[in-house]
Amino acid sequence: MTTAELLGTDPGWIIAVKAVMVFGICVVATLMAVWTERRVLAKMQLRTGPNRVGPAGLLQSLSDGVKLALKEDIIPAAADKVVFIIAPIIATSMCFMAFAVIPMTGVVNLFGHKTALQLTDLPVGVLYILAVTSIGVYGVVLAGWSSGSTYPLLGGLRSSAQVISYEVAMGLSLVAVFIYASSMSTSDIVASQHQHIWNAVVLFPSFVIYVISMVGETNRAPFDLAEAEGELVGGFHTEYSSLKFALFFLAEYVNIIAVSALATTLFLGGYHALPGLGFTEQWLGGWFTLIWFFAKVNLFFFIFMWLRGSLPRLRYDQFMKFGWKVLIPVSLIWILIVASLRVLQQEGAPRSAILAFAAGVVIIVMAISSLVERNKEKVRSADLPLGEAPDFPVPSLPNVQSINVSGGK
Amino acid sequence: MTDFNENLNIEKRNSGQADINSVPFTEVEQPGPASLAQQAKGFWVTFSTMFKKNQTVQYPDVKAPTAPRFHGRHQLNRHPDGLEKCIGCELCAWACPADAILVEGGNNTPGNQMSPGERHGAVYQINYLRCIFCGLCVEACPTRALTMTNEYELADDKREKLIFEKEDLLAPLRQGMLAPPHPMYPGMTDTNYYNGDVKEAHPSQGEK
Repeated sequence: MTTAELLGTDPGWIIAVKAVMVFGICVVATLMAVWTERRVLAKMQLRTGPNRVGPAGLLQSLSDGVKLALKEDIIPAAADKVVFIIAPIIATSMCFMAFAVIPMTGVVNLFGHKTALQLTDLPVGVLYILAVTSIGVYGVVLAGWSSGSTYPLLGGLRSSAQVISYEVAMGLSLVAVFIYASSMSTSDIVASQHQHIWNAVVLFPSFVIYVISMVGETNRAPFDLAEAEGELVGGFHTEYSSLKFALFFLAEYVNIIAVSALATTLFLGGYHALPGLGFTEQWLGGWFTLIWFFAKVNLFFFIFMWLRGSLPRLRYDQFMKFGWKVLIPVSLIWILIVASLRVLQQEGAPRSAILAFAAGVVIIVMAISSLVERNKEKVRSADLPLGEAPDFPVPSLPNVQSINVSGGK
Repeated sequence: MTDFNENLNIEKRNSGQADINSVPFTEVEQPGPASLAQQAKGFWVTFSTMFKKNQTVQYPDVKAPTAPRFHGRHQLNRHPDGLEKCIGCELCAWACPADAILVEGGNNTPGNQMSPGERHGAVYQINYLRCIFCGLCVEACPTRALTMTNEYELADDKREKLIFEKEDLLAPLRQGMLAPPHPMYPGMTDTNYYNGDVKEAHPSQGEK
């Protein structure tokens, strides 16, 4: 029985219970994520991090949330009031919606009912996730626009441009997964990985592109240009305070968890155990798969923290260049290769033909890369002839002996 | 990158032949983009740091000792017999760049001998909202009456509370000290006090 069939027999109250559970998991995971991030980042900087509220500071984010809720809620005079209020609601609700199609456990017993912890299973589940996360961008754009202030507007524009560009790369990286699993349903993709091998292994380039673009998609360091505090104060949420700000905060972290969960589902075998540890999936009546799932999600979350701790923020043009000129073309070529291999397989081509095709692709890629490398060197050496000075004052150049600053002899 | 001055031809410069307009450069190998392995190094730095001992001091619970000569709250010292060292000369107030100190001198009378000699500090205030803890007052003090302690917890919730009066600043009475006012040690002048000849209070000093 497939997961879709299994979920089809759910009575209404089970669906309601699961909806509440998904919501609860997201909120609690956010609280934990904020605490984890602050502690881990602190560790990376020889600090301790929050350790006062509750055991080891675990309740810090809860108290922060309460504090935020009790703050004065300010709506700027120049703001478009209705949109200003709707924006954080859109941003937050869409992140939660993305979680609806994520399969978090295998078959489990929920209040005496055999089901799986997945709210619903759509045949186009992954497309649905892409769709709702794109709608989430409206929250950001509208927040920036309705604030009636310059910095939020710039932040919102940057953020939307960023999310749209990286959404393309992300979508393209998923195409290879669709081709490989011959399905767009999240549970089917998990099942196909369970039968074969994790997509992260066979579709490694897709995996790398997805991981990069998910960081860009969630506006996180080093791609957090939308909230570049040195340039844009707080970005799109500069004018927000109190609960509305808390909603954006929640949205950011739920979004991170959602893309991590999607990465787990599509590339790391979802809720299934590591290969060779399959017997653990039966523990706790199947609920142990939830632990496997969150272990993998946390792995991605750790990558988020690690990136934030290690890398400085990218310049905006470099960021866009990277997205459009590197990630997208590489994705397209990779899809082409995967599709060709798939067609060859389906047409029943002999194994040697498939291998020859793969080898040909490798040789072509190597040739192109070496050509590019040689070109680079040519450009680099063509800067200035050795020992010749430009006749205008410029900063130090590698090949120049001296510079006549006055401009004359 | 090497410093410009290192590359200047010293001889030329000394003989005045150096062209002021020509700035010498050495050829520097311009680093291209770092290799992937080198870029991964940065990630290793942050990762390995996670397992190092962190430097945080859990301050209100744990108080790390200050450096021995840390500039903390001031203290008005006493002579070994309990008389105050401050003579109300106001040199500290004059030395203060932040105008944080107010001193008013008073006469020592036979019935009200607060310090050896003729004068004592009748009013002594330090405003810790102004004090910058530079220690110039301590340097200015001719009798070593004013020194600084290592105490740094000076925050408070009212401006008035941060103006410290003489009582707040005076050093506590130690073994062998008598609370002033009381007469000077019999047979000792203020110079003897200054030279440290007085070691403790004489029994006659405590008689009313």
